[in-house]
Amino acid sequence: MTLLKLDKVDKIFGGLRAVSGVSFSVEPRSVFGLIGPNGAGKTTIFNVITGVYKPDGGRISFNGRDISGLRPAEVAHAGVARTFQNIRLFRSMTVEENVMVAGHHLHQSSILDAVLRTRAHADDEAALSRRAQELLEVFGLRQYAGEVSGSLPYGSQRRLEIARALMLRPELLLLDEPAAGMNSQEAGDLKTQIRFLRDEMKLTVVLVEHNMSVVMGVCEKIHVVDHGQTIAEGSPAEIKTHPKVLAAYLGQEEEGAA
Amino acid sequence: MSELVQQIINGLSLGSIYALIALGYTMVYGILKLINFAHGEVFMIGSYAGYYAATVFGIERYQASGATFPLYMAVVVLVVAMAAAALLGVSIEFLAYRPVRSAPRLTPLITAIGVSLFLQNAAMLVFSPNPRAYPAIIHEVRFEAGGVIITNIKLTIFIVALLLMFGLHVLVQKTWTGRAMRALSVNLDAAKLMGIDTNRTIQATFAIGSALAAAGGILFGLDQITINPLMGVLTGLKAFVAAVLGGIGNIPGAVLGGLLIGLAEQLTAGYLSPDYRDAITFLILIFVLILKPEGLLGVVRQEKV
Amino acid sequence: MTEARRPQWLKRALIAAGIVVVLYGLELVVQAVTIEYVQRIMLLAGINVILAVGLNLINGTTGQFSIGHAGFMAVGAYGSAFLGVQLAPIVAGALGSGPLADGVTFNVGLVLGGLLAGGAGLLVGIPSLRLRGDYLAVVTLGFGEIIRILFNNAKFLGGATGYSGDNPAGLPPYTTFFWVFLWVMVVIAVIKNLTFSQTGRSLSAIREDEIAAEAMGTPTVRLKVTAFAFSAAAAGVAGGLFAHMQSGVRPEDFRFERSIDMIVMIIVGGLGSISGAVLGGIFVAVSLELMRDFQEYRLVLYALLLIVIMIVRPQGLLGNREIGEFLRFGKKKSGPELSG
Repeated sequence: MTLLKLDKVDKIFGGLRAVSGVSFSVEPRSVFGLIGPNGAGKTTIFNVITGVYKPDGGRISFNGRDISGLRPAEVAHAGVARTFQNIRLFRSMTVEENVMVAGHHLHQSSILDAVLRTRAHADDEAALSRRAQELLEVFGLRQYAGEVSGSLPYGSQRRLEIARALMLRPELLLLDEPAAGMNSQEAGDLKTQIRFLRDEMKLTVVLVEHNMSVVMGVCEKIHVVDHGQTIAEGSPAEIKTHPKVLAAYLGQEEEGAA
Repeated sequence: MSELVQQIINGLSLGSIYALIALGYTMVYGILKLINFAHGEVFMIGSYAGYYAATVFGIERYQASGATFPLYMAVVVLVVAMAAAALLGVSIEFLAYRPVRSAPRLTPLITAIGVSLFLQNAAMLVFSPNPRAYPAIIHEVRFEAGGVIITNIKLTIFIVALLLMFGLHVLVQKTWTGRAMRALSVNLDAAKLMGIDTNRTIQATFAIGSALAAAGGILFGLDQITINPLMGVLTGLKAFVAAVLGGIGNIPGAVLGGLLIGLAEQLTAGYLSPDYRDAITFLILIFVLILKPEGLLGVVRQEKV
Repeated sequence: MTEARRPQWLKRALIAAGIVVVLYGLELVVQAVTIEYVQRIMLLAGINVILAVGLNLINGTTGQFSIGHAGFMAVGAYGSAFLGVQLAPIVAGALGSGPLADGVTFNVGLVLGGLLAGGAGLLVGIPSLRLRGDYLAVVTLGFGEIIRILFNNAKFLGGATGYSGDNPAGLPPYTTFFWVFLWVMVVIAVIKNLTFSQTGRSLSAIREDEIAAEAMGTPTVRLKVTAFAFSAAAAGVAGGLFAHMQSGVRPEDFRFERSIDMIVMIIVGGLGSISGAVLGGIFVAVSLELMRDFQEYRLVLYALLLIVIMIVRPQGLLGNREIGEFLRFGKKKSGPELSG
């Protein structure tokens, strides 16, 4: 069964049709690419999926359940986690705290437990810390656990955002330009990490990305949008040579050119 | 019926004063996204400036000899007070707000509260906390028609407010400064990159807003007869609500909001109870912010994620 | 599992009993050694600490700036005063008269006043906390004023002259060093435990980036409202303690200036720091008493202090850190970034 399905989704801002009639399906345990020139509406699509914006038309289904218009926290609890285009860490909190914030499923005790410092509370805190440390270890961030997250180098901040998202135990992970600002070495490591997320952690990944080496290297299927509309969908090989895609990225050939 | 007309006239004149003050709030917020808490105090000091200017220009001599203060002198008093307030507004911007302009949102807010508090209490020390009678810069003449009393002071309020608002409109629409102000309120950083001198434009905004508030202060003194150092607190807050009601950042909105608040207050005092005249403004504020925070004429802003 | 539990509760009960004994002893010492002037400052300092620590939870930790908390203090003050007067005969019926009955009446009244204030916090918070920074500030100011206007017009509570119970001598002077500082410890413990927990972490996340917090599954609205209610309840308890130090409760005591005093407390101490709030509360109480004859100068001083602090050292005395971090024990925790 399809994990994520968008069905003719629209999003309008004032007079601007940011997203118009976009439909696609994402299979479980795959890496799905969402690409397009700047301003094409990719992040808007992410925002609609995750409930930051309400869709003005169409439906979004996750695991067969209609999640259109749910609030972001509800979408997160349903199993969809994300990272942001401009890293949105809790900057003055420590690395470990950033990850722990997302640990709701591990934290069953109540505010009263916290106030009274019951055993239940202490156990929950310990479990949260343990799990956070495990995730940090996976992403090579364990040694920074007590550091203020805003002081981390850029690449580490991006990895931390992913670790934090994984604390939600999601089935679907939306990565918004994870390779931004990376050199080819780091981008190569990112490709490996994404494959790891799919193969070892059994996740499904949807990737918005401009770095074509990463996109072509890890995505099984790619969906291309421009000006809010779908212009192509297919395998990396198909997309690489698709005339509409080339036109969108490189511009139309000039009239009268030889 | 004449009662209703009377209340409406009183409400609109009060509202015109609120509108003059609200313009200052809305212009500053439009550009800096800052609630200038101290603006109410600029209104108050403008009023006192009028008081002292009239005294310096010898209003007591005129009153002693039974003559009326000449109109041209009243205009001079107005101009002097507006200039003084403009200077105060610019100083506040330069000394208190500019150093924290780039700080996270909370810091300028606290600074503004501090400036407001400072001016209130400094005024109480300098001017004494006791209310004073406002000099008759315009000598009151009453007209009655069909049970409705209207004074030349109310007429003056309408005329002065109208003239100043028209002047502002011309300034904002037709001059370079006005164009710059509009550009800054849409996108501060882009305006800076386009070569607009943001500091000068911001100073101009504060100067103009403060001058308008001072005019409001003099009109308020003439209308309400007494002034005191804390007059800016409540009136300033009401004018701010007016700006929000009309759509903060929106200039015609400030005028509309001011008139509506003035009417609401007057009608509440007249038909409900004078005890609740202040509460109605707070209620309007709460309703607006909860139901339609962008105000009557404002636009909804989506935050970019 | 239960084996480990019993020693924990036993240990805690012993600590609590120890604190009670120490506080009682301190009270005796204070009453014997200091003059009334100093005692009054201490009581005010304690009340301020409760106000500041409570306000810091919502303004500092959660980053939702409220400038109308005087209203909640008023609800607690009037609530505990009025309910205390109603309760006194009932308690007297069961326990006779004397310090035990007084203690029960007083504390039950305080708790009820705090709950009422917390309820008022819910009423104000639910509609308001959807608003952005400066708008929230103005709305809370508005609500604070509305509450005061309501009390000013409430005839059965004395209106503008205020409420002083049914005794011509005024409200019973229940507020003593012991009760004030017992409540100080309770409030600090509750808020400290709340802050250093997943709830506190979530509140900080909301402050840092509400959108990201929501995306990570944090129930932002529920938590903001909860924190707001807690801080309102703390203000209510402080109000109740304040009321029974005076002969009566008047609307005049809860004007906007009172909310400003609270802001000064947490700004001076450091927004986001519990120990900073303690220091700030003490500072305001001391400066208030020292400058009692120069009220107008005090407010000018506070105003200048706010402005200068914002320009020169926006993080106040302790920033967002706790005093323990400076003395090299105690956990490191996050707080709002105020410096540019």
